Amino acid sequence: MNWTWLHKFASPPHAYRLAGRLAPWFGWPAFLLIVAGLYGGLVLAPADYQQGDAFRILYVHAPSAWMSMFIYATMSVAAAIGLIWRIKLAHAVAAASAPVGAWFTFVALTTGAVWGKPMWGTWWVWDARLTSELILLFLYVGLIALRASIDDRDRADRASAVLAIVGVVNLPIIHYSVYWWNTLHQGATITKLGKPSITGEMLWPLLTMMVAFTLYYGGVLMLRLRAEILRRERDASWLQKELAA
Amino acid sequence: MNLAEFLAMGKYGAYVWPCIALTCAVLIWNVVAARRLHAEARRQALRRLETGRGAS
Repeated sequence: MNWTWLHKFASPPHAYRLAGRLAPWFGWPAFLLIVAGLYGGLVLAPADYQQGDAFRILYVHAPSAWMSMFIYATMSVAAAIGLIWRIKLAHAVAAASAPVGAWFTFVALTTGAVWGKPMWGTWWVWDARLTSELILLFLYVGLIALRASIDDRDRADRASAVLAIVGVVNLPIIHYSVYWWNTLHQGATITKLGKPSITGEMLWPLLTMMVAFTLYYGGVLMLRLRAEILRRERDASWLQKELAA
Repeated sequence: MNLAEFLAMGKYGAYVWPCIALTCAVLIWNVVAARRLHAEARRQALRRLETGRGAS
């Protein structure tokens, strides 16, 4: 098999230009879907029979929590690719992903706490779901700090990759925590085998928001990746031509 | 449903709206931050090229 396409794909100038072209194709659909999802979730969906209108926090909480894990998974796969095949672009993807993932984890935790207050009567409990998600935030912050603390870029890439890969063990713990331990947190809404425990009018805005947030991450990743490539390639000859244009 | 009812969110407006606002603020902030980061990296790369420390 001919692998030249892969090398071309992973080459910094190509990736830099491709990311620039792709960014709006992620960004604008994400924006439109967020507007549609919020309208569906806040206006069209009926109030929950137990939680009333408080359940509408779901439409920002669950997609943020989904992103906190999706970005971590993407980041660690990229880190592993960078570590194993020594593809620098993969490390750049991992580096560009961590801050976005940290922000989504922060939003998931905060909106969860605000939802918990009226529903559970408390902002926070040290149960498995909440604690493992908090550990995820610490992992993200640890990764950002580790990268910032090592001057040599290759060493920073390798060290963060190892930490990112080790941290993957936290993802199944977060997902299954609501089944493995007693918890105040409700069980899964969509990702159950068989039927999702939610009606269609409530479900479609949620799915829309999850798709929207995933596209949003794609768009922000493209922008951050471009910045990351510029910093890494500052002495490369292609950059001169690129920036002069 | 009128606007006041919509804003009241049952009796949970004080919980729902801050969550929506926080999420939107973080979404907007991340785009702004990423764009700034790219603009700054571009400025630095250009300056480096101008001072001759870049590609030769």
